[in-house]
Amino acid sequence: MTGLSTGLGRAAWLVFERDVRLAFRRWEQVTHPVVFFVMVASLFPLALSPEPSLLRSIAPGVVWVAALLSSMLALDSLFRADLEDGTLEQLTLSGQPLGWLLLAKTLAHWCLSGVPLVVAAPLVAEALAAPGGSIGVLMTALLLGTGVLSFLGAVGAALTLGSRRGSVLLSLLVLPLAMPVLIFGARATDLAMRGETATGPLLLLAAMLILAVTLSPLAAAAAVRISLE
Amino acid sequence: MATWTWFHKLSSPPHFYRIAGRLIPWFAIPAALLIVGGIYGGLVRAPADYQQGDAFRIVYVHAPAAWLSLMCYTTMAAAAAVGLVWRIKLAHALAAATAPIGASFALLCLATGSLWGRPMWGTWWEWDARLTSQLILFFLYLGYMALRSAFDDLQRADRASAVLAIVGVVNVPIIHFSVYWWNSLHQGSTVLRKGGPAMPPSMLIPLLMCLGGFTLLYAALVCIRVRGEVLVRERNAAWLRELGPV
Repeated sequence: MTGLSTGLGRAAWLVFERDVRLAFRRWEQVTHPVVFFVMVASLFPLALSPEPSLLRSIAPGVVWVAALLSSMLALDSLFRADLEDGTLEQLTLSGQPLGWLLLAKTLAHWCLSGVPLVVAAPLVAEALAAPGGSIGVLMTALLLGTGVLSFLGAVGAALTLGSRRGSVLLSLLVLPLAMPVLIFGARATDLAMRGETATGPLLLLAAMLILAVTLSPLAAAAAVRISLE
Repeated sequence: MATWTWFHKLSSPPHFYRIAGRLIPWFAIPAALLIVGGIYGGLVRAPADYQQGDAFRIVYVHAPAAWLSLMCYTTMAAAAAVGLVWRIKLAHALAAATAPIGASFALLCLATGSLWGRPMWGTWWEWDARLTSQLILFFLYLGYMALRSAFDDLQRADRASAVLAIVGVVNVPIIHFSVYWWNSLHQGSTVLRKGGPAMPPSMLIPLLMCLGGFTLLYAALVCIRVRGEVLVRERNAAWLRELGPV
């Protein structure tokens, strides 16, 4: 087996690079969730009112709910194609620790689904009349929060691989677990918009990210093994 | 060593099926006595609250339901972990049997809480921390049951839902504290607090009776439901055919 002669770092890099390269070939996989994010956020002014003071007060919540929904949408592409063409099976059989490979896969997914949201966030924040000084905190919070969502979602996506009607089920599983992210993310954004310091919730988000990065690849690996049986 | 063989024997489906069948009345009858006694004590004998009047009496259903909704989730996750690690089918059956009971208690807790909130807070629903974390707990139960029902193969359903239950139980404290930090209006804990319970014995004893009764009710229900799970899982086994029609 050549799998064992490849070092851990090299194996993770290969998985990461492969996922990023594939995403660039199937570009809509990256762009659709961002377009969805912007669209959901633009529904709220239409549904409520274009009044800037109202928009400013709901902006943190709207941005985060839209980010949460968009990340649910993006999760579907995390494992499904790899399951269908047998890549996931090969990864499981490669002799490398599956949790480690899934960590690399999830990191790639975070870069491809989270980072575009972070980039699109200033646009949405501006459209919702958020004060300019809060954009930095919003982007930091989104970067950390989408990380947690990717890692939590990886467990959900792996669990629903072998099931019928995956994507609705996936949201049912992951949304309740993702509520702390919503709470702290929206709170950090809200504090920043009021001109106060948002260090507390940002640090809590970072702590959740560390916990998720540490534990969720193991759970995801167990789930993938169950799905492939 | 003796406990280990006992444990092994208990985890064999035919043995458990018989034991659970025999245990049901031993749980159900005390449960009925305790619940009837506790409800009588709570609704008739206990004095009215100086602040909340008679409305507080719903606590005799509300608090046991809240306690059990949490206990069921813990039981479910523990059973799921045991099933996943030692591959004991019966533990998975216990987890599967517990989920709908826990979800029902969570719903009961939300419903009674809402009835209680109407006269006390003037609203059916308040986005308060405890209510919200109870609601999220209910969602977690729904997710667990949805995942179970999405698989045709029982063994895969068992193992996938076990992973979810364990992930959930790691997250429950995080959800709980984040929601508390977010907002709290609910009254503080009355029974478990520093300096002893803030309740006279005439109120407290019926509450404890209800807590015990509801817990025994759970034990009786879970025996019935695990027996059902065993019947489904072992439907082709020889020992069931020897047992004759049930």
